Amino acid sequence: MSTPLLELRNVTKIFGSKDNPTVALDDMTFALDEGFPKIITVAGESGSGKTTMGMLLLGFYGPTRGDVLFRGQPLGELNRAELFKFRREIQAVFQDPFAVYNPFYKVDNLLSIPIKNFKLAHSSSEARELMEDALERVGLRQEETLGRYPHQLSGGQRQRIAVARALLLKPKLLITDEPVSMVDASLRSTILKALRGLNQEFGTPIFYITHDLTTAYHISDYIVILYRGSVMEAGNVDTIIRNPKHPYTQLLVSSIPWPDPDIAWGGGQEMIQSSQVAFKAITGCKFAPRCPYKMDICDTKPPDLFALERDHAVACYLYRDSEVIAREELASVFVEA
Amino acid sequence: MRGLGGFINYLRRNPALGIGLGILLFLMLFSTVGEMFIDPDDAYALSTPINEVPSAEYPFGTDSQGRDLLASMVVGTRMTMTIGMIAGVIGLGVGTVLGFMTGYFGGLIDTVIKFIVDVLMTIPSFLLLIMIASSVPDPDQMSIVQMGLILSIVSWVRPTRAIRAQVLTMRERAFVMMAKLSGMSGMEIIIKELMPNLMPYLAISLAGAVNGGVLGSLGLQTLGLGNLREPTLGMTIYWLRYYNAFLRGMWWWILEPVFIIALAFIGFLLVSIGLDEFANPRTRRTV
Amino acid sequence: MSAPLLQVKDLKVYYHVEAGAVKAVDNVSFSMDAGVKMGLVGESGSGKSTMALAMMRMIKLPGKIESGQMILDGTDLVGLTDEEMRQTRLRKLAMIPQGAMNSLNPVMRIDRQLLDGPLDHGVIMSKEERTARIAELLDMVDLAPKVGKMYAHELSGGMKQRVTVAQSISMEPDLIIADEPTSALDVVIQRQVMATINRLLEEFGLSLILIGHDMGLMAQSVERLAVMYAGKMMEIGKTREMFRNPLHPYTQMLIESLPVLENKGKFQGIPGITPSLLNPPSGCVFHTRCPKAWDLCSEKTPQFTEVQSGRWVACHLHTA
Repeated sequence: MSTPLLELRNVTKIFGSKDNPTVALDDMTFALDEGFPKIITVAGESGSGKTTMGMLLLGFYGPTRGDVLFRGQPLGELNRAELFKFRREIQAVFQDPFAVYNPFYKVDNLLSIPIKNFKLAHSSSEARELMEDALERVGLRQEETLGRYPHQLSGGQRQRIAVARALLLKPKLLITDEPVSMVDASLRSTILKALRGLNQEFGTPIFYITHDLTTAYHISDYIVILYRGSVMEAGNVDTIIRNPKHPYTQLLVSSIPWPDPDIAWGGGQEMIQSSQVAFKAITGCKFAPRCPYKMDICDTKPPDLFALERDHAVACYLYRDSEVIAREELASVFVEA
Repeated sequence: MRGLGGFINYLRRNPALGIGLGILLFLMLFSTVGEMFIDPDDAYALSTPINEVPSAEYPFGTDSQGRDLLASMVVGTRMTMTIGMIAGVIGLGVGTVLGFMTGYFGGLIDTVIKFIVDVLMTIPSFLLLIMIASSVPDPDQMSIVQMGLILSIVSWVRPTRAIRAQVLTMRERAFVMMAKLSGMSGMEIIIKELMPNLMPYLAISLAGAVNGGVLGSLGLQTLGLGNLREPTLGMTIYWLRYYNAFLRGMWWWILEPVFIIALAFIGFLLVSIGLDEFANPRTRRTV
Repeated sequence: MSAPLLQVKDLKVYYHVEAGAVKAVDNVSFSMDAGVKMGLVGESGSGKSTMALAMMRMIKLPGKIESGQMILDGTDLVGLTDEEMRQTRLRKLAMIPQGAMNSLNPVMRIDRQLLDGPLDHGVIMSKEERTARIAELLDMVDLAPKVGKMYAHELSGGMKQRVTVAQSISMEPDLIIADEPTSALDVVIQRQVMATINRLLEEFGLSLILIGHDMGLMAQSVERLAVMYAGKMMEIGKTREMFRNPLHPYTQMLIESLPVLENKGKFQGIPGITPSLLNPPSGCVFHTRCPKAWDLCSEKTPQFTEVQSGRWVACHLHTA
């Protein structure tokens, strides 16, 4: 098996002080391969650790325990040239369409600087062509966007330019953190379509971070459900959303307000009030305090990942009769069933 | 803001900045253009009859050493402002370099500089200045530049702290993350991404440092720690106290330097307020 | 048939900036009966947030209510003095704001904040009555009494939002305006907060205007739906009918662009960009992006007309 492009190996990330620690990510192992042109969503509520995963993968913070590896090497040990390559190959689209722009410069900067630094064009006219091409792919016209300052454009236009940047750079991996949550409904489809295009046409794997299961369902192939830093369920997105097995996933899916007045909210499932108690150390399954199917075994130790199908794994004692997958093998569910 | 017209238009909406700059401009003109209307030699002792009340011949009156106070004010304002500028520019320069380095890169340098800054902020800087000024050989022969340099020993502390604080917040912003993803190095990010956004804060720090320098020099000179010959505003105050201007009712000698100092202080204050408004606009103009 | 609870007639709210007048709300009219839950949906720039502020008479300069009326239970809110409006707020009309994180006072305990409003309106309560009322209000939103002694930063997002809900019902107003009350919350918490709001509406017979951009949330929460675009009202009707048979092309395209289980992989947006509110397009404000537009649409602004009972639309296709 070839070295994965980017991976987390037994990564734990803890924030806060010694007296009041918050475990954002708990012993997570996850690998993303270069030649795997699929879109994998990592979904969860706030506090689930999904954004932390993104930040760790991008090297914006370091793990408390474990390693983040780029082509097999820990990020902290990369030399200057290798670090540059890391930056070239791994790109991102962030949530806030305004914050990614330096208000001092025109929006062209967002596109022209990487072109220059990564030597993607040999002349300024070539660079201009690249920019116009990428903008067209997201439905923008260069005369309406280039030459303007960020505050002169709408949120939707700004986010589309950020996506155009990703298209232009054709990275080996694109990490997107809630790319459409701050964009109007009518524009979401355009942006998601552009991302899907990048994935299908250029084979770029996309790591899609979100709490919105509807857009996740639409764009991705696989999904990983996180709760308080641990994996609850993972596998094929169709199976999991249509037929969730983990009680937490069931809760999430039933809480989606489908835009159809005839599909009842909650789907009849009973709602449990979320705990008002502060986060404290839990010895067993993290979801146990809120789980309607809780059993005694759930408090002993966190459940293993049980494989229901080749492309569907659940970390829940309800399925303890199924075969166990080692947590290090999480990526093995991302296969065609 | 396009050009001068746009700038003047902006000043209408930011009266603090407008008035502040106006005051400082006036003081600058007073001390530079003003020199064309006086004889600088008259600012030194034994040039005129002593203790003259303001009159047509001596519009600002004269002091007990025979200085024409109009000439004295003109020359003195220039000198005091120069001292302030030296202290301010050096203070800002050092503060910018240290503030950006420690704020952005952190690490050991940050811990060391932070410690020094914290210590210096607790030591009353004025006492420190007195110690340094009085240990200079021949303090009464001190030049303007020398005084400025002494003041710059402490004028870098606040700018460093202020700039570091701004850099710490800005460093976490998404556009800095984007810059990293675009292959920019740390120094490039500091110069091209962070600095342009911090211009208003740098300007505020400059105003504060120059003001601090002026006040510091006034303090030292009022105590007699400075060149006794030169007619700086601080020395004028030293002499008016030495010669008991209060008891002798020489109101003109007292009011003139005090008024100019007050004007300068208000000018710097208004400019700081105005720049703060510019950096954090309360009313967003865009839709 | 009783008179409607709220009648908005030809409301105009413009923001006067250097470049001209931004027509944030331009000639909007609608009415609402008591006991109804109505949704006001629109994208950014539609004017829905301005509507919320206008109804509370909280528009700040450079914005101004240019003209129009907002008649709540017989009284025109536009004509009230500042003091009269202050009396009306909370007592007859309350708002649940967006971003509860920022609407709670960080240095005041929750119990004081809950009673702040009623006490200010002149309600006299003894110490025991106050304690009882606080516990009552907290219980109504499923919060434990001890929350009263906490500070805002000790509560989670969902809990903070529920405190603002409790504040809004503290004087049992006739109408509650909820401006994107759950946009900062996760799906699970969102459902809980909405369930709490629904329960209270039923218990006290209150009416609700829910403002937002999430059509899914609207479909699940409100009986009537109003769609705004670029400062104008496009369509109003029963939620179910609007989803089954949207009349206005904008409503149609909006609904088609929504992801549902059935249309996986199909990405359909609305091409074009939202128009400038400073210089809106001539005629129908949507004509530049409308697939069904024809000559008349760029020449004449369509009238907001009742085409069926309770169904209003501003579109030449239905009113010409």
